Amino acid sequence: MKERVWEYKGLREVYGQTLVELGEKNPDIVVLDADLSSSTKTAMFGKKFPDRFFNMGISEQDMMGTAAGLAAGGKVAFASTFAIFATGRAWEQIRQSICYPGLNVKIIATHGGITVGEDGATHQCIEDFGLMRVLSGMKVIVPADPVETKRVIETVATEDGPFYVRLSRVKFPVLYSDKYEFKVGKSDILREGKDITLMGIGLTVSHCILAADILASHGIEARVINMSTLSPIDSDAVIAAAKETKRIVTVEEHLKVGGLGSAVSECLSENYPTLLKIMGITEFGISGKAEKLLEYFKLMPGDIAEAALNLLKKEENI
Amino acid sequence: MITEEKIKELKHIARLLRIDVLKMLNRVGSGHTGGSLSSIEIIVSLYFHYMKHNPEDPLWADRDKFVLSKGHAAPALYAALARCGYFALSDLMTLRSMGSKLQGHPDMKVTPGVEVSTGSLGQGLSLANGLALASRLDKRRAKVYIILGDGEVQEGQVWEAAMSSAHFRLDNLCAVLDFNGLQIDGKVKDIMNIDPISDKWKAFGWEATVIDGHNFSEILKAFTWAEGVKGKPSIIIAKTIKGKGVSIFENNVKYHGVPPTDEELTFALEELSVTESEKN
Repeated sequence: MKERVWEYKGLREVYGQTLVELGEKNPDIVVLDADLSSSTKTAMFGKKFPDRFFNMGISEQDMMGTAAGLAAGGKVAFASTFAIFATGRAWEQIRQSICYPGLNVKIIATHGGITVGEDGATHQCIEDFGLMRVLSGMKVIVPADPVETKRVIETVATEDGPFYVRLSRVKFPVLYSDKYEFKVGKSDILREGKDITLMGIGLTVSHCILAADILASHGIEARVINMSTLSPIDSDAVIAAAKETKRIVTVEEHLKVGGLGSAVSECLSENYPTLLKIMGITEFGISGKAEKLLEYFKLMPGDIAEAALNLLKKEENI
Repeated sequence: MITEEKIKELKHIARLLRIDVLKMLNRVGSGHTGGSLSSIEIIVSLYFHYMKHNPEDPLWADRDKFVLSKGHAAPALYAALARCGYFALSDLMTLRSMGSKLQGHPDMKVTPGVEVSTGSLGQGLSLANGLALASRLDKRRAKVYIILGDGEVQEGQVWEAAMSSAHFRLDNLCAVLDFNGLQIDGKVKDIMNIDPISDKWKAFGWEATVIDGHNFSEILKAFTWAEGVKGKPSIIIAKTIKGKGVSIFENNVKYHGVPPTDEELTFALEELSVTESEKN
């Protein structure tokens, strides 16, 4: 098996840099943060455009409402903080003041998932996919690498309406070339295969690629799909994968309830019932290094390959 | 200068709005009577005298903006918008009905003249701050006005937002607290006391003044006072009477979220000296 050599980059740095570039092009872009601008990297925008940057202090609910007010006043408002505070603390503000009126607010949350690491369960957001996916009119995007992150931020800045984008604390491997094009609602096949499909989102996309390498050494050709748009889910790609590969494994740094696995199973149940394995988290996290936590929650490439092999042993649906 | 003539005219409009509100609520059989009636003079002062706005062009870029943070007083706002000409008076009777542009709580997507959607208490001041910041970024002179409920300020977000208004020195923002003293479960001071309310706002960096919220002369003077406040936001604590204008509803907590029955409507219309032509 050939070892992959990936370059690693922080998504937050890409976000901060892209915001600055967008701010230069569009004077209507404003950015809000809740006292985490040095971590979310919105401080880069704040330094360049102090008049258009609002540090709201530690008050996420007010931040979301103020972002909505700025959007109602004609601005494109980016609001950033950690995923847990953005989606948990301010959920009802997002529902009432942003989604219901369909305002142009882009919530870019960093520190999603368990790879937050040492800060532990209080800061590891494993519910944001579900919390955001249930909101009408909210589009939910989780980039898989630095290149896609840049494309996603550029896209949400120009597409109308509310968006939730989850970024992570840890560095991600570069999977895409600069030519990669992102489209809201479209997944991306990173590896073709007819035996089984591995669907990843965010960090787990790279783990799915590595799992497919392991499976290939067993003579199994796995399709790998980057499901970066969680909502609206790319139903066409899900149904096609079900029809063509018969078995699907979903992998996410999120609770098994309410996230990618749920979205895929909703789609499959209604359209094309298929053997499915949902890999995710089932309980609160603990403190530890990101890599160790991914091992602890069995989200590593070896775990995915093993789950795929087990699923392949199961009888096909009638 | 506020003339006697002007005040007489505003009083007439306030009476019409009360009649509209009661008829609307009676027609649909649900909605908030008490808090709609307590806000009438403040809303009339804004829409029929103080605010710069244009019903012919609801999205006119330099308009002043209004946020009804206590969104349950929507009937009072709708009546004002209709009487200004934002939509037909006949639309008022569709309140809360299927397919109506007049939703139970203000919806900016469907109602001409409604600036932001509200209804979940405690969220309006953040929205108003955002509107005021956008107006300042665009170098417009437009002001943002907001009515908060007294029970509403029990919400923590109001105080987050109050800090922000002062922090960002939003002197293009003027809030009015509709202090009618009652909330659904009883008296505000018994449920969760908000006093000393004026001192709270001042401590948060606002200028505050206390007035009689049904006295046009005092209301208009207060808005002029707010205009003169520089470098900080201002709040008018308007002492009001829940259910104002109809004796059976006044200070009666029962009518927070209950509409007038047919008999109560007849009684109310008589008290408001409705003429034959106004009855329909």
